[in-house]
Amino acid sequence: MTDVKDRKGMTRRELLSRSVAAGGAFVIGAGFVAGKDAAWATEMNALKPQSMATLIQMARDIYPHDHLADEYYVIAVKGYDVPDMVDETEAGLRMLDDAARGKGYGSYLDIGWERDRVDILRQIEDSAFFQKVRGGLVTGLYNQKAVWPLFGYEGESFSQGGYIDRGFNDINWL
Amino acid sequence: MAAPFELSDDSVVVVIGTGAGGGVLANELAQKGISVVALEAGGRYLPDDYVNDEWESFGQLAWLDARTTSGDWRVAKDFSGLPAWIVKAVGGTTTHWAGASIRFQDHEWKASTTYGNVQGANLLDWPIDGAEMAPWYELAEEKLGVTRTGGREGLPGCNNYLVFEKGAKALGYTEVHTGRMAINSADYDGRPACQQTGFCFQGCKWGAKWSAAYTDIPKGEATGNLEVRERAHVARVLHDDSGKVTGVEYFDADGNLQFQAARVVCVAGNSFESPRLLLNSASAMFPDGLANSSGQVGRNYMRHMTGSVYAVFDKPVKMWRGTTMAGIIQDESKHDPSRGFVGGYELETLSLGLPFMAAFLDPGGWGREFTTALDAYENMAGMWIVGEDMPQETNRVTLNADVTDQYGLPVPNVHFDDHPNDIAMRNHAYKQGMAVYDAVGATRTFPTPPYPSTHNLGTNRMSENPRDGVVNKWGQTHDIANLFVSDGSVFTTGGAENPTLTIVALAIRQADHIAGEMGRGTL
Repeated sequence: MTDVKDRKGMTRRELLSRSVAAGGAFVIGAGFVAGKDAAWATEMNALKPQSMATLIQMARDIYPHDHLADEYYVIAVKGYDVPDMVDETEAGLRMLDDAARGKGYGSYLDIGWERDRVDILRQIEDSAFFQKVRGGLVTGLYNQKAVWPLFGYEGESFSQGGYIDRGFNDINWL
Repeated sequence: MAAPFELSDDSVVVVIGTGAGGGVLANELAQKGISVVALEAGGRYLPDDYVNDEWESFGQLAWLDARTTSGDWRVAKDFSGLPAWIVKAVGGTTTHWAGASIRFQDHEWKASTTYGNVQGANLLDWPIDGAEMAPWYELAEEKLGVTRTGGREGLPGCNNYLVFEKGAKALGYTEVHTGRMAINSADYDGRPACQQTGFCFQGCKWGAKWSAAYTDIPKGEATGNLEVRERAHVARVLHDDSGKVTGVEYFDADGNLQFQAARVVCVAGNSFESPRLLLNSASAMFPDGLANSSGQVGRNYMRHMTGSVYAVFDKPVKMWRGTTMAGIIQDESKHDPSRGFVGGYELETLSLGLPFMAAFLDPGGWGREFTTALDAYENMAGMWIVGEDMPQETNRVTLNADVTDQYGLPVPNVHFDDHPNDIAMRNHAYKQGMAVYDAVGATRTFPTPPYPSTHNLGTNRMSENPRDGVVNKWGQTHDIANLFVSDGSVFTTGGAENPTLTIVALAIRQADHIAGEMGRGTL
């Protein structure tokens, strides 16, 4: 589902040379969104690149984990980049940007402080769009096996014989 | 192995459901030489099939047929289409259960007498008591291999337990141990000892935890007297002009409607499906549903007063390592009205993996208040609260005519309002649970709201007087002699204890009774 790493290896200079706009932490190009450090990039299938960048920022603001790189959030919301969901998603993101403009910002991505973006999210918290994105992230973000070790979670242990000989009672600070 | 019985064979006992009630009943009857057809709505999954991945396992095992909810309980808001977290598979929810196996306390059989008049509660004494049940509990503990009974050792305590125990003792609690668990602490009944693998809720891949799926069911099948039909969803129980049941209509694995004749029908589909089936079986003779002359079918739904407490510490706990439910504090399970409520509750350790913690810690929560909690996941410990809730006539399972399932049958609507006693008990338990962790140096604690119900009880309750309930002390319906109920829906009141051991003990006792009555020709 994800082509997050397709452009990995592209230098930052190459990336910036192909971008048409920068929004927040992102490089937004013709048909793609990338991290400013060029660590990841994703091609757009259906959504506008600007919309995807907004969605990624929204995802991070809903479930902010400073030790998680952007690419996990990209993977978590990439499912919205399909023709079936475009109209609903673009409409939801327009509502978000309208709310930002109502507070005097150019767009959601133009807001510098997380707390100011969160204020905007609180305004639309009860909307179906917000709840859909938030609910989707619960599995979309936290059910990525790649993020589990970043929280210390070890996943299954049956294949290693459980923890009977591997520290089920190894707590040493009590 | 399986003994194929004819659809027209009206000498068989039909058991609907194969969990703690139906699975045990079916095997116990088969062991006594009685021919049994067990109809199971789910498929068959065995330890090799279990997946130690929370969401994938949920998709494999959970009962996800449509259901609706109403009432002021928080589950109706957080999980409106999923009032219960139970299993659709051979062995039922015994694949998912944690294994806690504790007996009712004597006074809990007599809640009405003990607690007196509690406004808004429809309390009633069970028509049986602790002395009557003691030998059946012993047989149940033997069957399940319950630790700390019958000379069996307790399980060793994992990290999550050690934190919990230290806090409990610091608070002065004395009844603290690693539980009476249907999880082997040593090889037992051909199954290995617990390997502290976690994922007890996803089906035990070692088979160390008792589940009917790989104990009672295959043992019953080995007698040649038990045939289990998988993916068979019972739609109606039928009866003749004399009012005796004659068999059941079910949709088979291919979706075709079949009729299985029966001498006796035992309903064990859990506290939603069992009353739903009786209500969906309404006829000209029984316009309000089968066995419903009391009007109590579907009423007095109980789900135990539940909640969780999670806590974060400044150092790692790694609570997921080891048994999911790894220990218990029983000091609060007594009846002590000076706490501001009747009945009592147990505190039992619980761990969730990261994916489920994200879904259940604070459903709907977001932002840094939420994510900083998950950032500390490795340093988290957790416990579950389970206490007696009050039966209320208006907490009930009804048919929702507006929503039908894949067979076109009305789905159950589950209505539940918390009773003030439930709320007072939950608040007390949150306070005590947080105090346990504070005593070990928690830096943050979380009084977590209830999950979808795992203990579903009381919708066909047992009563001395036919006016007050649906079944008698044998689980036989008051109205129809050859129709029995064999699951947790017969609970008159819930007690503070995890219900499976009591369901199993009642099923063993019921099998003995049914076999006796059949032998005497009175059934």
